[in-house]
Amino acid sequence: MGKLTVYLKKYRKECILGPIFKFLEAIFELLLPTIMALMINRGVDRRDEGYVLRLGGVMVLMALLGYGCAFICQYFAARASQGFGTDLRNAVFERILSLSFSQSDRFGASTLTNRITNDINQLQLFVAMMIRLMIRAPFICIGSILMSFFLDWHLALILLAATPVLALIIWFITKRTAPLYRSYQKKLDAVGSVLRENLSGVRVIRAFAKTKQETERFRTSNDSLTDNGLAIGRISSLFNPLTSMAVNLVIVVILWEGNIRMHVGNLSQGQIIAFINYANQILLALLVVSNLIIIITKSMASAARINEIMDLQPDMPSPASGPEGSADAPAAEFRDVSFGYHETGERALENITVTIARGETIGIIGGTGSGKSTFVSLLPRFYDATAGTVLIDGIPVGQYPLEKLRAKIGIVPQHALLFTGSIADNIRWGCADAEEEAVRKAARIAQAAEFIEKLPEGYDSPVDRGGANFSGGQRQRLTIARALVSDPEILILDDASSALDFLTDSKLRSAIRENSSTQTVLLVSQRVGIVRGADRIFVFDDGKIVGCGTHRALMESCPTYREICLSQMTEEEAAK
Amino acid sequence: MKKTFERLLQYIGQYKGSLLLAAFSALVSSVCALFAPLIIGRAIDGMTAAGKNAWADAPRVLLLLLLVYLCSNIFLWLLNYLTNGISYRTVNRLRRELFEKLGVLPLGFYDRTAHGDTVSRFINDVDIIADGLLQGFMALLQGIFTILGAIVFMLTLNPWMTLIVVLSAPASFFTARFITTHSQKLFREQAACLGKLNGYAEEMIEGKKVVSAFRYEKRARQDFNSINAELYETGVKSQFISSLSNPSTRVVNNIAYAVVGVFGSILAIHGSLTAGGISSFLIYAVLFAKPFNDITNVLTQMQSAAASAQRVFHILDLEPEPPEPEHPAALKDCSGHVEFDDVSFSYVPDRKLIEHFSLDVAPGSSIAIVGQTGAGKTTLVNLLMRFYDVQEGCIRIDGTDIRSMTRDGLRSLFGMVLQDTWLFDGTIRENICYARPDATFSEVERAAKEAGADGFIRRLENGYDTRMSAEGGSLSEGQKQLLTIARVMLANPPMLILDEATSSIDTYTEAKIQKAFAVLTEGRTSFVIAHRLSTVLTADRILVMDRGHIVESGTHTELLQKNGSYAKLYNSQFSHGNSPE
Repeated sequence: MGKLTVYLKKYRKECILGPIFKFLEAIFELLLPTIMALMINRGVDRRDEGYVLRLGGVMVLMALLGYGCAFICQYFAARASQGFGTDLRNAVFERILSLSFSQSDRFGASTLTNRITNDINQLQLFVAMMIRLMIRAPFICIGSILMSFFLDWHLALILLAATPVLALIIWFITKRTAPLYRSYQKKLDAVGSVLRENLSGVRVIRAFAKTKQETERFRTSNDSLTDNGLAIGRISSLFNPLTSMAVNLVIVVILWEGNIRMHVGNLSQGQIIAFINYANQILLALLVVSNLIIIITKSMASAARINEIMDLQPDMPSPASGPEGSADAPAAEFRDVSFGYHETGERALENITVTIARGETIGIIGGTGSGKSTFVSLLPRFYDATAGTVLIDGIPVGQYPLEKLRAKIGIVPQHALLFTGSIADNIRWGCADAEEEAVRKAARIAQAAEFIEKLPEGYDSPVDRGGANFSGGQRQRLTIARALVSDPEILILDDASSALDFLTDSKLRSAIRENSSTQTVLLVSQRVGIVRGADRIFVFDDGKIVGCGTHRALMESCPTYREICLSQMTEEEAAK
Repeated sequence: MKKTFERLLQYIGQYKGSLLLAAFSALVSSVCALFAPLIIGRAIDGMTAAGKNAWADAPRVLLLLLLVYLCSNIFLWLLNYLTNGISYRTVNRLRRELFEKLGVLPLGFYDRTAHGDTVSRFINDVDIIADGLLQGFMALLQGIFTILGAIVFMLTLNPWMTLIVVLSAPASFFTARFITTHSQKLFREQAACLGKLNGYAEEMIEGKKVVSAFRYEKRARQDFNSINAELYETGVKSQFISSLSNPSTRVVNNIAYAVVGVFGSILAIHGSLTAGGISSFLIYAVLFAKPFNDITNVLTQMQSAAASAQRVFHILDLEPEPPEPEHPAALKDCSGHVEFDDVSFSYVPDRKLIEHFSLDVAPGSSIAIVGQTGAGKTTLVNLLMRFYDVQEGCIRIDGTDIRSMTRDGLRSLFGMVLQDTWLFDGTIRENICYARPDATFSEVERAAKEAGADGFIRRLENGYDTRMSAEGGSLSEGQKQLLTIARVMLANPPMLILDEATSSIDTYTEAKIQKAFAVLTEGRTSFVIAHRLSTVLTADRILVMDRGHIVESGTHTELLQKNGSYAKLYNSQFSHGNSPE
């Protein structure tokens, strides 16, 4: 939590003035029982109606003044907490975007989004409560005891003696329930996860006739959640009765002692009434404290989750400025590059050394998990090589500012993902200030222009989240147009045309070639038909390049390539 | 709304004993809590009256006060304890019933509804019901007893004072109510704004690769900041207004406190009330206002509970699958003879899908089904497995109508591999022996080897004991598919269904798996659905489906010679391999 107070700095005024006004409200409220005691002692004893009415007026005035103070405090609290949350949210979002993929992959999108919304909301509530109640509740307790010292210090000692007992009760309950609340949350997640599995795997579960076992699994998980809930209930149901019994005992003792002291003539009836009132004030304040403790526990957990993200230093440093690449150097070069997704795990790429010339079309083929996609994702630095160097235009990729490096590369990812907005918006992702003509040209090359122009709203047609309102083939063509619009030096198509039929696909490839002769194109695919026309084909197997050359050459020299070809076409077709 | 409540009451009605005891506890603890101020008033008056003499009744009266307090708190504890128990048990029961219901719902439910929504009904809605109904119910009980009891106690003291207290309490109730209704509108605005922010953040974070690839970070940040600024505006307003609710009721209560004090004092001056009486009334004024505030909260809680209950009951009221036959037929030594006899079926009544479909599959033969998306290939499997029931005609296995068997009995005759891999949260080994939890390790290993999965499993850090999260951790789609294939290999069923089983695996790996499948399908009736034709070349019979009908049928060579739809489909995938560059 401590580290996050930086975000409160801007709201220092609110954070100081808010509690001060709350403090004033509490003072006004604490004075009420004392005034009431005066009213009963002097007013009733002396039979002075005017005095009673005057004091009544004072009490109403104080109540209103208190309300005014509360009003101001609540306003400051709202401004400070919401402002804090807003700033923190911006900072966390910015941090998340700056993380490398290996860092953000560890969390997953839904966890990260939850932290931006739920966790920060929790902290926002915490700040508001701090300003509104954190000062008020203890102050009411301490103030009540102080005020009672003015009335009669003997009786006040009784109230004072009760405080450690009350503190002990709060401590005991919190200590016992806090871990239970945490495990309850975990068990709730477990119930949710069994449920999700059952929803997504219903065909398999029913195919294996496992409905009964799954019901049993759910029941176990559900029962364990219920047991945990009951355990919380057993302890927390003690809180109210215990604290109020403690305060009630105080009242009985005050009456007992009061009786003795009144008998001696040191105490008036009005004072006893005031005492009882203060005891009740303390009780009410304690109930608020118990609610606060739950909020604090939850907020601490949320703060830890936020700090976990804010503490991550983006592990992909991007230099502020870098050298210009040389136009004579090869477009891309891999020098003895190895890479593993996990430090201990298996290597996805091993000792890759290749050079790709400017304007060359490279086909990249290989089995699932052979390292094809990993190979191309090292170029835009989605990941950094574990060993060796990746160079673009003769400069190691690490020396370019990320922004500049990625501007050189247009990538079409495997998963055709579009974003909410219009078609033109989506294509402009590649280049924010692209002219309308550039957008149209990119769409034409990507073979998307035809279907876009048939839409009633053309390029302004809305795109739903993820591109859900377009077919797989249309989505792919739009993502290709998005990559083409900036006319990148290197174009990477990572299995990007799997949903296109062969005719469209070959049209697409010729259009890309015709558009530019200097653009370097990397075609990643599982289909021999797509890569066979490339200038050179890299054959990946198990993280290594096992063959490199034209289709014809590889058919003769590379057994893996031959095997792949023959799994997709007949001998005669492959030999063509 | 009324019906929903009646139905909900049936659920807590289960715990009639606890419920009655809870109501009784509420009564006792409220009455005791109300009795205490009366005794305090008496005590103060007793002391005053005794003057300089010792008040003789002190021990007796104070002991009574102590007992009343003790009694009040014990029953308060009992009330808390019981409502907690009832609440958690009701939740448990509702969740269990919901889950059991899921087990008998037809597959259409799973295909039509958003899973996130169903999960939310299980978790959030059920919780809201428990909170709203039970806490609300109990607060209501306690409130009613307190209000009625307080009126009775106060009347015995002084009717005029009672009138003042009774009039002052609802004032705070209406103040709170006024603020709540206003802040609710603001809360809805805030929730909408938060939803928008959540959606935007999720979209950008999910698409983070694309965001960085296209250097969209700055633009994303700007958009996020502006939605966030909007959220700030609505947030400050709604938080400020709603946080006024407490101080506002407090100011009303404080003014009422002053008014009660003034009137009490004046009555005391005129001799119709004692000082102890004032003290009692001051406490009653506080006690009396509390339930009104509680009820404000309870009413909103109950409204949302009713809304959530409707969402839960909606699932519970869905039409289940037709019941199992009373005397189910059981097949021993299934030979694998499958007949589709004049079968018709459609998912949507006015869009016919499969019409008068007949097919006789000889034991041990392999049937491939090919065709465009939406041609009805997977529907055949859905009918065969009784994920959906035929609307006309019937399907027979070894001459027995599949509807006369139990669903589980029927399904255990088939081994099925689907395009979407499904692995549950457990180790790789547990996932492979899903069908046969008693399988030995060497059996698991053999199945994995046959499926070609043994190699990569061994290379994992924890081998067969690697835990799969629901998403399958770091395994590739192809590797996950190999695990599901191993799962079927181990189950060793008499018939097989491969529904696009190798679509997400590359052709090279697929070629290896095909060999394993060849071993598996040997002598077993098998249905292979495929989009990629390379996988169906060796089938005994290939069915080409189009819009619910079989348009062609025969072996690969026969169909190529026919030069019809199949040949067209085949050529589009193979002959254009020679790209025009």
